[in-house]
Amino acid sequence: MDESKPIFQQIAERIENDIISGALPEESQVPSTNEFAAFLRINPATANKGVGLLVDSGLLYKKRGIGMFVARGAGDRLLAERRERFGDEYLAPLLAEARKLGIDERQLAALIQKTASSTTTTPKESQ
Amino acid sequence: MTPVIHTRDLTRRYGSLAAVDGVSISLDENRIYGLLGRNGAGKTTLMSLLTGQEFATSGEIEVFGESPVENAAVLQRVCFIKESQRYPDDFKVKHVLRSAPWFFPNWDAAFANALVSDFRLPLNRKMKKLSRGQFSAVGVIVGLASRAPVTFFDEPYLGLDAVARQVFYDRLLADYAEHPRTVVLSTHLIDEVADLLEHVLLIDAGRIIVDAPTDELRGSAVNVVGGRDAVDRFTAGRKVLHRDGIGGLVSATVSRLTEAERTAARSAGLELTPVSLQQLVVRLTEGTTQEFQESA
Repeated sequence: MDESKPIFQQIAERIENDIISGALPEESQVPSTNEFAAFLRINPATANKGVGLLVDSGLLYKKRGIGMFVARGAGDRLLAERRERFGDEYLAPLLAEARKLGIDERQLAALIQKTASSTTTTPKESQ
Repeated sequence: MTPVIHTRDLTRRYGSLAAVDGVSISLDENRIYGLLGRNGAGKTTLMSLLTGQEFATSGEIEVFGESPVENAAVLQRVCFIKESQRYPDDFKVKHVLRSAPWFFPNWDAAFANALVSDFRLPLNRKMKKLSRGQFSAVGVIVGLASRAPVTFFDEPYLGLDAVARQVFYDRLLADYAEHPRTVVLSTHLIDEVADLLEHVLLIDAGRIIVDAPTDELRGSAVNVVGGRDAVDRFTAGRKVLHRDGIGGLVSATVSRLTEAERTAARSAGLELTPVSLQQLVVRLTEGTTQEFQESA
């Protein structure tokens, strides 16, 4: 666990990541808060708070007496949100570091292309 | 939520020393609390007061709305696992487990037996022949299997190896999830239990100096690391909890920064590192030793 962020927020992010990666498909059941608590060795109230965040934002929904499920469209919604934050979260620090090292924007663009062509990972196709 | 434990201005003096000094706290039902503090800070005295094993010099205590002192109705709902529990001389492990149901109406014998094999305890060995770790394991088993609505563990891990401590934390979490209750865990191994605690009480020289949800405490302090001048400029006018230096490099612990302040720190070339709950507790209680000795 990351010390700088509240754990419930990290739980929410973990579930979000699983929804984006497809590990938790839409309409599939999410582990119970007690299962999360036991697996991650955290207080069940904390796990409950994290799951609650996602219920409040409509990414998960409750089926009474059965459990928690991933809402339809949750994956696309999360992808859109993450793409919107991509600039602030990833590009801004990248640019700051590049400036510090005296790499200008053109050189940076060239570096990105070179690195991209030498790595084999292909971007995940959007469905 | 109704508090299961409530104290007002609770004080216990031994001569001129106030072991517990004006403590006013409320503990909610079905939460796991961490009672943290240095040796001699007053943790054990406070728990002894709350379980009616010590008498208050002044102030009020309510447990389930009543005074716990010589109150059977309250005490049968409370379990206090002490670091130095005494047993009758010829008691074996099995005698302890057999007598526990007399004190604890919720006692689960099957759960206790499962824990005995988890901890690999010899049932026929005399309590006084047990190793320190095995002795602690008996306490842990009684504390868990009693399922008392309020359970105090006072440094329950003494002598327990890392595997046994993990068994304790795992069984506590699993059983708490199924049978919610109020747990007060006093411990020095803060990093090990930080994620289990919902709320932290930090006691120092008899006074409660932190009474806050664990979530709030995480990220409530941050280390600012960098060149001496840059750190000094950034921390000017701020309360610095702790400062360390090596050569021109300085690390200063300050309280929570806003997002704008974090950005400002980074663009000033400073590195920000998180402060764990354990480090925070050390920072908050390390400076007071001198004062404590002077006032004692």
